[in-house]
Amino acid sequence: MSVVQVVAEPAHPLLEMRGISKSFPGVKALDGVDVALYAGTVTALIGENGAGKSTLVKVLTGIYQPDAGDILIDGAPVRLADAQAAMRAGITAIHQETVLFDELTVAENIFLGHAPKTRLGLVDWAAMRARAGALLHSIDAPISPYARLKDLSIAQRHLVAIARALSVEARVVIMDEPTAALSYKEVEDLFRIIERLKGQGKAILFISHKFEEVYEIAERFVVFRDGRSVGAGRLAETGQDEIVRMMVGRSVEHVFPKVEVAIGGPVLEVAGYSHPTEFADISFTLRRGEILGLYGLVGAGRSEFCQALFGITRPSAGRLALEGRALTVRSPQDAIAAGIVYVPEERGRHGAVLPMPIFQNVSMAVLGRTTRAGFLRLAEEFALARRYAERLDLRAAALSVPVGTLSGGNQQKVVIAKWLATLPKVIILDEPTKGIDIGSKAAVHAFMSELAAEGLSVIMVSSELPEILGMSDRVMVMREGRLTGIWERDGLDAETLVRAATGNA
Amino acid sequence: MMMSRILKYRELLLGAIILALIAAFSLRAPGFATPRNLAGIFNDTSILIILALGQMAVILTKSIDLSVAANLAFTGMAVAMLNAAYPGIPLPLLIGAAMAIGAVLGAVNGFMVWIIGIPPIVATLGTLTIYRGLAFVLSGGAWVNQTQMTSAFLDTPRIPLLGLPLNGWTALLVIAVIAVIFMRTGFGRALYASGGNPTAALYAGIDVGRTRFFAFVLSGTLAGLCGYLWVARYAVAYVDIAAGFELDTVAACVIGGISTLGGIGSVAGAVLGALFLGVIKNALPVIDISPFWQMAISGLVIIIAVLFNARQERRKGRLILRDAARSPAPAAAEGAAA
Repeated sequence: MSVVQVVAEPAHPLLEMRGISKSFPGVKALDGVDVALYAGTVTALIGENGAGKSTLVKVLTGIYQPDAGDILIDGAPVRLADAQAAMRAGITAIHQETVLFDELTVAENIFLGHAPKTRLGLVDWAAMRARAGALLHSIDAPISPYARLKDLSIAQRHLVAIARALSVEARVVIMDEPTAALSYKEVEDLFRIIERLKGQGKAILFISHKFEEVYEIAERFVVFRDGRSVGAGRLAETGQDEIVRMMVGRSVEHVFPKVEVAIGGPVLEVAGYSHPTEFADISFTLRRGEILGLYGLVGAGRSEFCQALFGITRPSAGRLALEGRALTVRSPQDAIAAGIVYVPEERGRHGAVLPMPIFQNVSMAVLGRTTRAGFLRLAEEFALARRYAERLDLRAAALSVPVGTLSGGNQQKVVIAKWLATLPKVIILDEPTKGIDIGSKAAVHAFMSELAAEGLSVIMVSSELPEILGMSDRVMVMREGRLTGIWERDGLDAETLVRAATGNA
Repeated sequence: MMMSRILKYRELLLGAIILALIAAFSLRAPGFATPRNLAGIFNDTSILIILALGQMAVILTKSIDLSVAANLAFTGMAVAMLNAAYPGIPLPLLIGAAMAIGAVLGAVNGFMVWIIGIPPIVATLGTLTIYRGLAFVLSGGAWVNQTQMTSAFLDTPRIPLLGLPLNGWTALLVIAVIAVIFMRTGFGRALYASGGNPTAALYAGIDVGRTRFFAFVLSGTLAGLCGYLWVARYAVAYVDIAAGFELDTVAACVIGGISTLGGIGSVAGAVLGALFLGVIKNALPVIDISPFWQMAISGLVIIIAVLFNARQERRKGRLILRDAARSPAPAAAEGAAA
């Protein structure tokens, strides 16, 4: 293998995607995107959450088949029928969370599934270790091929993952947010490896949210928005502002059912809330009837903060006051009793107890209220369930049937009923519309407005800018565990929020 | 709808199978189906029923208690020795002591699972050995014989009341108390919730770890009670009593439809599962089937019951997907769940 030192960018792309489209029921994840990757060049793929980046990676690695469009390598069309085909075509990916095996050695991890064989068809251990050693050497990783993975640090495991990705004669290397879990020093090491790969003539697709990193390591960029490629070019000729505009510059295509509600006095006051490792010094005031958007990148500490508010984890410092009275939340019970509820992500999985009857699910968070002298009053539980079933138009043969027998929509109504039954003052919604289609989103947003109109205060954690801008009365942004600002709705633009979230001042 | 019907159907089915077995056995062995003999079988199965109900509480929370029989052996030995050494201690106090010792041993399991975070199967496998070892240490390997124990201690469970010995009445009382606890108290509800969906339970303010702890305490308390009943019944206490009996309690639960994945099962199911094993055990010798066949038949039934459970759980999964895919309206409501 002759190493070509690429000085100037080659005229023809090594890999080209033309007009790639991919739909899922209700969602067009990719809509005619064009991406070109050049040998010896790092191309950054930039876009909001849900812009289609992960789908693109899956198309390139043969996991998804595109509905339309062509993939060309060296100008010749190829079909990546499955992961093996993509590997044979020289395309390899390093994912955010790589699957490696703790009990196997470094060499075994690198060659798992494609170990070199002897003539008898047995694993050629000597060759495997030698090649693993060479691969590790090629990325400057001082790790023994004999070491067991469980004895390595996180950063070393990352290097093993990279070696594994390179073990298949890769020409195209995809790095999906490779720096997400790395410290500053480790990022520097990673960048040295990327430089080396560039020197070897590999085409690299680098996916990251962080502008500093993108500008430091990449030469070219592609911006995705809502499944389309909306811009591409050289980073040297393009300013950050321009890229931010490409990312968010949308015509707001769906009207949010935001109802203007008279905002009342303070309900929840948070002062200096901190956690030893996840977030620090969060202070804000939530007012009656207000929807407070909480924006930030994935991993900015938003969910962690909300879980602490709800008592699932304990803060190390900070004070809470609810309606002017100091409040200590040590457990979810405390939070629910005080009137704070938290609706987690993935309500399907975390929402209802499926084998349990409807009425027991509805009363689950308020068992204290339906208990007399230590015994549950089934009649009261039924009455409670009936009240919310009527209000939410819940359809079921009887309130005693298990929730698992209901349709998805009715299951969700049971979950809502459970939270409304606690008579909350503050409701925290974590990514309320993640992964659902436009129509369902509108229903969620309408419901949120309804809650606010009834005088509830809502904290809406969301990674989707249109939702944040469309629904919030105020927006709070977190970045790397800290609050970077709170903005009133009026005159707020997406660029401001993206800058606050990415640290691009 | 379907699931509750299967659950109800399942208990009815098990009840029907038990009745059919009794009918079939009575054809071969006249006198098998007399009330007197049936009461005898129930009495004979009482200890298994009580232990199975404790085991059920633990299994509902996605755990397992393998130490129940060892707990029984230790508490049985402890109260037998107390009785032998201090014949003056009144029986209610001894029974209370058995339950208290059992509760402490159960709490040790619960503590390891809740606070230290040891997987239940490992924790109770460890205490299984430890509790038997403690029984040996306590007794020095010696037996406590019939002659050393007081007649009140040995004979009280045998006193018949309306044709059923007090031993059997104890089981009926435990069934009633457990049924009320499981169906009518916050703790019972928490057992089902924390096994059925631990995350949902957590967010609804249910302390899943503490619930599991108390499930182990309950299981231990009932094992302690059974420690006394066992020693009184067989009129002897030694280190190896009820060896391997923990597996019968798990089998009774599985046959009775208590899901090993947690959160599913009824008191009636566990009781019927225990009775099923009791009937088989009592009937097969009557019709001259060797004890080895008994074991094989019990094993076969357990496997069939597990298959039944697995099918049931698979159906549960399919149902949700099909409905979610079928109608767009629920999808809209799905959003509203936020």
